[in-house]
Amino acid sequence: MVETSDIRVVRCGGSKVNLTPPIISSDSRYPFVLCTSGDLVKVYSTRTEEWLHSLQGHTNQVTGITLNPANHLQVYSCSVDGTVKLWDFIDGILIKTFVIGCPLFAIYVLSVIVLSECFQLVSVHLPKSAEQEVEAKEMSAVSSHISKNPSCTAFGRGGEYIAFARHLQLNVYFFRKQKTYSFSLKATDKKGAKNAFTCIACHPTDDCIATGHEDGKIRLWRNFIHKKEYTYSTQHWHHNAVNTLCFTPEGTHLLSGGIESVLVQWQYGAGNRKEFLPRLGGSILHISASSDGQLFCTSHSDNKITVIESSFKVCGVIQGLVKDAVLTDLMIDPRSKALVLNGKPGHLQFYSLLRDKHLYNLDIVQQEYIYEAGLDQFEVVKAAFDIKGSWLATVEERGKKSSDLEFFLKLWAFDERTQSFVLNTTITAAHTDRIISMCFSSSEETTMLVTAAEDSQFKAWCQGADADTQQDQNFWSCDFVGSYHKLNPTNCSFSADSSLLAVSFQEVITIWSPDTWEMLTTLCQPPGVIRDLCFGRLSCSKYLLGTTTKNLLCCWNLLTCELEWSTSVDVSKLQPDPFSENVAAFSYQSKHTDLFVFKPSEPRPLFTNKNVCSEKVHRAVFVPREEPLNSCDESTQWLNRSQLYFLTQNMDLLTFSTATEEDRMLSSSKQLVIDDSVAVTPFYLLLGKHRQQQQKLNTQSHPVSDKPQQTQGSVTIKELLHTPAHVLPAASVLCSMFVNSFLISNTGVQQDPLRYFVHIRLKSNGFSYSVMHLLSISLKFLNSFI
Amino acid sequence: MGEFKVHRVRFFDYMPSGIRALAFNQDTERMAVARMDGSVEVFHCSDRFFQEKIIPGREQCGIEGLSWVGERLFSAGLNGGITEYDLTNQKVKYTIDAYGGPIWTITGNQQGTHLAVGCEDGTVKLFEVNEDQIQFERNLDRQKSRIISLSWHPSGSKIAAGMMDMIQVFNVETGHSIHRMLADRGAGTSRSKECVVWSVVYLSDGTIITGDSVGMVKLWDDQTGTLIKSHNVTKCDVLALSVSQNEDSLVAGTSEGIVVQFQFVSMVLEKDDKEWVRTRTFRNHTHDIRAVAEITTAVVSGGMDAQLVVRPLLDKIEVRSAASALRKIHFPHRRLVSCARKSGLMLFQYPGHLELWRLGESEGKGTPGSSLFVKRNPEKLLQLKVKGEDHIRCSAVSPCGGWIVYSTASTLRLYRLHCDNNNISITKISKLPKVLSSANQLCFSSDSSHLFSASAQSSVHIASLSQSGCKFVGTLKPKSGSHQAIHLLAASEDGKWLASANSDHEVHIYNLQTQKAHCTVPVYSSAVTAMGIHPATNCLFMMHADQQMFEYSIEQKQYTDWSRTVQRKGLHRFWVERDTPCLNVMFNPQNPSHVILHDMYMLCIIDQSLPLPDDKTQFYNQLTLKSLTEEQRKSQSHAFKVCKTFKDILCVELMPDQSLVVVERPLEDIATQLPAPIKQKKFAT
Repeated sequence: MVETSDIRVVRCGGSKVNLTPPIISSDSRYPFVLCTSGDLVKVYSTRTEEWLHSLQGHTNQVTGITLNPANHLQVYSCSVDGTVKLWDFIDGILIKTFVIGCPLFAIYVLSVIVLSECFQLVSVHLPKSAEQEVEAKEMSAVSSHISKNPSCTAFGRGGEYIAFARHLQLNVYFFRKQKTYSFSLKATDKKGAKNAFTCIACHPTDDCIATGHEDGKIRLWRNFIHKKEYTYSTQHWHHNAVNTLCFTPEGTHLLSGGIESVLVQWQYGAGNRKEFLPRLGGSILHISASSDGQLFCTSHSDNKITVIESSFKVCGVIQGLVKDAVLTDLMIDPRSKALVLNGKPGHLQFYSLLRDKHLYNLDIVQQEYIYEAGLDQFEVVKAAFDIKGSWLATVEERGKKSSDLEFFLKLWAFDERTQSFVLNTTITAAHTDRIISMCFSSSEETTMLVTAAEDSQFKAWCQGADADTQQDQNFWSCDFVGSYHKLNPTNCSFSADSSLLAVSFQEVITIWSPDTWEMLTTLCQPPGVIRDLCFGRLSCSKYLLGTTTKNLLCCWNLLTCELEWSTSVDVSKLQPDPFSENVAAFSYQSKHTDLFVFKPSEPRPLFTNKNVCSEKVHRAVFVPREEPLNSCDESTQWLNRSQLYFLTQNMDLLTFSTATEEDRMLSSSKQLVIDDSVAVTPFYLLLGKHRQQQQKLNTQSHPVSDKPQQTQGSVTIKELLHTPAHVLPAASVLCSMFVNSFLISNTGVQQDPLRYFVHIRLKSNGFSYSVMHLLSISLKFLNSFI
Repeated sequence: MGEFKVHRVRFFDYMPSGIRALAFNQDTERMAVARMDGSVEVFHCSDRFFQEKIIPGREQCGIEGLSWVGERLFSAGLNGGITEYDLTNQKVKYTIDAYGGPIWTITGNQQGTHLAVGCEDGTVKLFEVNEDQIQFERNLDRQKSRIISLSWHPSGSKIAAGMMDMIQVFNVETGHSIHRMLADRGAGTSRSKECVVWSVVYLSDGTIITGDSVGMVKLWDDQTGTLIKSHNVTKCDVLALSVSQNEDSLVAGTSEGIVVQFQFVSMVLEKDDKEWVRTRTFRNHTHDIRAVAEITTAVVSGGMDAQLVVRPLLDKIEVRSAASALRKIHFPHRRLVSCARKSGLMLFQYPGHLELWRLGESEGKGTPGSSLFVKRNPEKLLQLKVKGEDHIRCSAVSPCGGWIVYSTASTLRLYRLHCDNNNISITKISKLPKVLSSANQLCFSSDSSHLFSASAQSSVHIASLSQSGCKFVGTLKPKSGSHQAIHLLAASEDGKWLASANSDHEVHIYNLQTQKAHCTVPVYSSAVTAMGIHPATNCLFMMHADQQMFEYSIEQKQYTDWSRTVQRKGLHRFWVERDTPCLNVMFNPQNPSHVILHDMYMLCIIDQSLPLPDDKTQFYNQLTLKSLTEEQRKSQSHAFKVCKTFKDILCVELMPDQSLVVVERPLEDIATQLPAPIKQKKFAT
């Protein structure tokens, strides 16, 4: 039992980008969008929607960002760790750190800085000092009656007053007079209005405060320096709570958004005249406008930022990992190695963990989703890939609460031509009751799907078994229906070679042979209903692991059909690594989750991590690494081939990273930042990669022998790329030199050279024609070589 | 409280007439209301909007505009005449023809010297207001299209006129047009339709505000004659505009039944740069709003749905009280039903006819709350149409059921009713005494032997009734005081006393035996809404518009002890906060300590033997009392027993056989008989 410090849990990519309103940098032809994401501030380009870089430095959740009003190239950020940092966001340089000392939940900057900590509104004077790290001590409380929702606080015209609301009360605090005016609304009236405040925005030049309310009304308050003669007008379009309001910088329009996911633009001072931009995706959480009013940004509940032009046209979408309501397991698409889980409502999303980028959504339900609370709509609840990634099975259902459950089982085939999944078969009544578990056989030759449902049956589905269908297309049909003593199945699993199928019925595990559909044996270890079931892999194939609801983890030996060992542990998720014998088990005990990694054959865990997180873990997945690590340390060895990702109940995607990995990452990021003599182009990135590898070779104490030596190559490329095209010799002359530069002098080549080339080609879309030509020649050349 | 058999009468198809015009008099705090049927009513704004005066209308008399000049009230209508009202005697004083075709609007200047009317023929006619008449002065420049709306500049030197598709500004001195401003016809299909400028308001700073049929409220500058700003208020018409006295607030009534408020607020706080901004929206009407008026503390609006809505502006009210609550006036504050108690007949007064009904009879006894089997259905005995064009002002049926009397502005008619089983016959009494030519209020003595008719100068004529006919007996005149018209009469059960109340809040008591004034009740600040003389004690019980109650002993010429206790202890908050006046006072002969009152929403029995509630006690305590034991009940109960079973009550009457007649007119029934409102798209329908 070694608890090592060099493995730590990190919040990895795909954290929320919609926590705070994004900001758009001003005064630039290609504005950036800045948004908080976990403990980072990410900078995106509005044009390409690419993630450019991130501002790293906070040690906890970043809760607010705002442009420095004195310098539009700088940004303030605040975090729960109690610091406010000032950044140069274009170069990603940390300029200053102000230590406040208590958790900060929002930041509003004008002449003074106001933060809300422990849900108290405090104005903090930021001292002017040349030092890097400054402690800000001068604080004065404004109010303790503020809402937890940061959008319920806003600065008024020129920072003269601040308006904040809580429940049914609106307060306006004038800094100069140091006086608060408050106005209350009635909780309900005869028409059943819900008047609680949900958001506030102040007009930039007029003294007008716009407030959004729970029942979808927008009120425009005026004359609020009078206790009695204040007045407001009411406008009503949203049918549900208004989530956010934003005035355009000139104050000519008011933007509002809510659950309807329609951006509404109200003309200021013209009553009901309004424009709509509908179907933006998830419900709108925040809206922000750039300082020149040319761009708007909306952030949505499905972890997305939409960039909208002032002409009300969407010009960019920055999509993060959607973690709204994950019902499916975490899966890895065997082809793209992308993480697959529920995305937009009714969709599966494919997310590249490597690049931390949303790849695409696959529409499973194929029905229009209605953005309204309380509707019962189809949702994908189960999905499974076969081993090659050529088939995808999904289950969608609705009517969870009501008795009339509706569900469909769909099978999707991967279409090589379009590079996406195409619907092959829809089975409307696969079972008479809800499908509990679903798995594909893991053999390469025949694909078979097994579904287990609450109607106490499990069914095996095969492709094209139906004699009636004479067409070329092979549809899926039922092959076998199995049951056991009318018990409800709880889980099903195929062994690694697909020779055995284990189906658990309540407390009993039945082992079937998929070839003959003969029940081979039953295993039973009361008490407790089987919760999770998995076969061992590779050298441990003879073992079957199961967890029960009565906190038991059992391991059966399938050769002897006897219980090998069992231990009392409350396992919430059992996840086998498909590339090794290892099995990860998450156990929830007394408000924290522990992780055990073990081999079924050994009674001793390989790795234990106490207190991984404080919530229960129900979803985890092993993701194969692009290139395996070769750590010899016993505790980190299990991370060599694959990486373990898991999703907590709070929908945080976490992973384990080793110390060596982090070092490498850090050095690479530094490299990118420091070298600013070359403009950031795809070429540059390409070169940077070479240089970084070079660097690594130099710095590593024991150079890896099988790494290609590429000093010569990069010099050649540099020469090639820096020379103007018109003075370059003919491509045929250059070709041999160019290809030579890639040839590996070392004999112990492990990496596929072709793959490497292709990689280059794909990366470099910006090559001029001659170079493209050159590359195609060289590829041909290479082909003949091989 | 006691048990009563209740006749729940719902066959009085009273239909209030839609409101056409409003005029507010700032000095006297009176609101004049003109209705579609040509009647004019005067409400007292600071006395809980009590309907002080009703001037009944005539057939074919569409009033289009109302205007106060000082304390004189003028109206003009589509019949082309200008009418002045005699508010003291509650009748039309005179009508003169303007000779310009139908008149669409009338307005007086603030100086009180001139009236301007807008006519169909395109002229604005100026009338000079003289001591006792008005006199035509001259025409302003004649226009091509009709004048729909007019507004004087507060200085009286300019007039803005709204017409079809345009607004004209006239110089009153020269009579020439200064500016001609064209109103847009609006987008879409309505482009071919004319834009009617329904309403115009001229502010002292030279801003002209118009409301038109395109749904816009537009602000114009009278210096340059240009549009400053326009607000799109509605898809249909903006029919009425009204500006507050200090010109910082404007209300607009639309045909969707919405009142929109605009306020003149500074865009940047504490600076003088002010703009008109649309602020509040009031939705209290279902139909077109034909008239709005912004008074000191409230917005008053009325329209086709015949209700007068008083929406208080909370920012203008110092103390929140019952007087500052939203008020909807549906029914007149007069009794339209009279009841022949001894014979079970009901007389319903409609504007143009009378209906006489016999009440039904029931069988057996039921548990409280249950409905009884009807043995005999109520039946309509008689429908009496009015001769002439005038509408009925007041009517009465004698307690014995033998006489029916009604009066219009010009005539009084008395009928003898013969009722033998199913045979109804009616004979008109032809020779009436000359003094009984018209009455403000009519009342029979309890033995049906005398008819009391309130007429001019606060006097009451007495006529004796016999088989042979009607004979004039004498006239009761108050010793002193005002000459306002009497609106309430109450005769005592023993035929000895008669009480009259007039709109100056005076209550005179006459001795009928000597035919002399007996005494005058001390004048209270609020109007008397109902009164009755107790049959046993001969005490006069009076209800006032501010919900105060007084009991005055006629014999001792002083307030009774109970009345003094009520005044000393004060009435319960819930009682005072009710917003409709009590319309009838009745006494239960079985239980002399009981006084029965009703207003539009409730029926109340005051038990004078029980202690009065104070503000801490539960006012509506019937349900609580039910759950208590007999002894606890005694300690908990108080004088006020309120029954809210019945709604929209027009009249309650106690019959000699201890049954109650409750005449209801459900508002839903009225709503179904109104014309269909403008169709509006409602969300989620």
